Amino acid sequence: MDAIARRRLLLLAPLGVVAAGGAAFWAMLDRMQSGRFDPHDIGNPMLGKPMPSFNLPAVAPSQGFSSQDVRAAAARKPVLLNFFASWCVPCAAEAESLAALAGQGVQLWGIAYKDKPEKTRAFLDQYGNPYARIAADSTGSTFIDFGLYGVPENFIIDATGHIAWHLAGPVSEPMIPKIVSLQS
Amino acid sequence: MLANPIQETRAEQLGSQLRCLVCQNESIEDSNADLAKDLRAIVRQRIQAGDTDNQIMAWMVARYGNFVRLRPPLTAATFLLWFTPALALLAGAGAAFLGRRRPVALVPPLTPAEQARLTELSRTA
Repeated sequence: MDAIARRRLLLLAPLGVVAAGGAAFWAMLDRMQSGRFDPHDIGNPMLGKPMPSFNLPAVAPSQGFSSQDVRAAAARKPVLLNFFASWCVPCAAEAESLAALAGQGVQLWGIAYKDKPEKTRAFLDQYGNPYARIAADSTGSTFIDFGLYGVPENFIIDATGHIAWHLAGPVSEPMIPKIVSLQS
Repeated sequence: MLANPIQETRAEQLGSQLRCLVCQNESIEDSNADLAKDLRAIVRQRIQAGDTDNQIMAWMVARYGNFVRLRPPLTAATFLLWFTPALALLAGAGAAFLGRRRPVALVPPLTPAEQARLTELSRTA
């Protein structure tokens, strides 16, 4: 190749770099839109590990529960553990999907994060109560032990008391079949 | 705030290396988020309980993964993050070496015929 042809080719190099960057950016946006990539998802290192132990008081009239209780219930059938709060907007948004899951026989237990019991009750009166049991994490320490950084988050506890599945965010309608399938 | 200034300094140093998971680009010392406040309190509780800095870091990483560390450790996934400057320097050195100016080849001495022609031309001039 002569010197002039090589120089012309070198002039195109910056253009190639910009094109590659553009293609990568487009791929990222496409994945974000289709839900295959979430830049805010930091991954939960607790996944696959035994659930942290806790013992939380009740939000009356429900019964409170401990990690032992969850484990005992999960030995029969996996438990979907949902962290929520009355002041949380996406929690209200997932209420309908949670109700659908409970309707399909999913064992759904709730933990109210840093919430006053009367506020939690008012929230459940307004959006419905899909939970078999509700406990109150008023200090937020169980929240931190599970590696949460926001509400809602969802965990499935399997028969051995391990965290089998995790979702950092609200359950949406398209996820229902997948969650139900994880129950068997 | 811890009453012991040495412990408080340790807590602040540790806290400035821990990411606030809510704001993500602030340390828990800088953030006003509720979770950052709780994590700051936990760092101080554990310091008072006698934990080492490494133990406290491990406690955080067990819950939030390496993402919680503002200074990521060297792993297979962060290899490029740590070594890109060195790799870029090597690539630059390589490019400079390949593109260096080569000495111009020496002009071969004149052949006897050329020499004769030169002498002739000088004479006529």
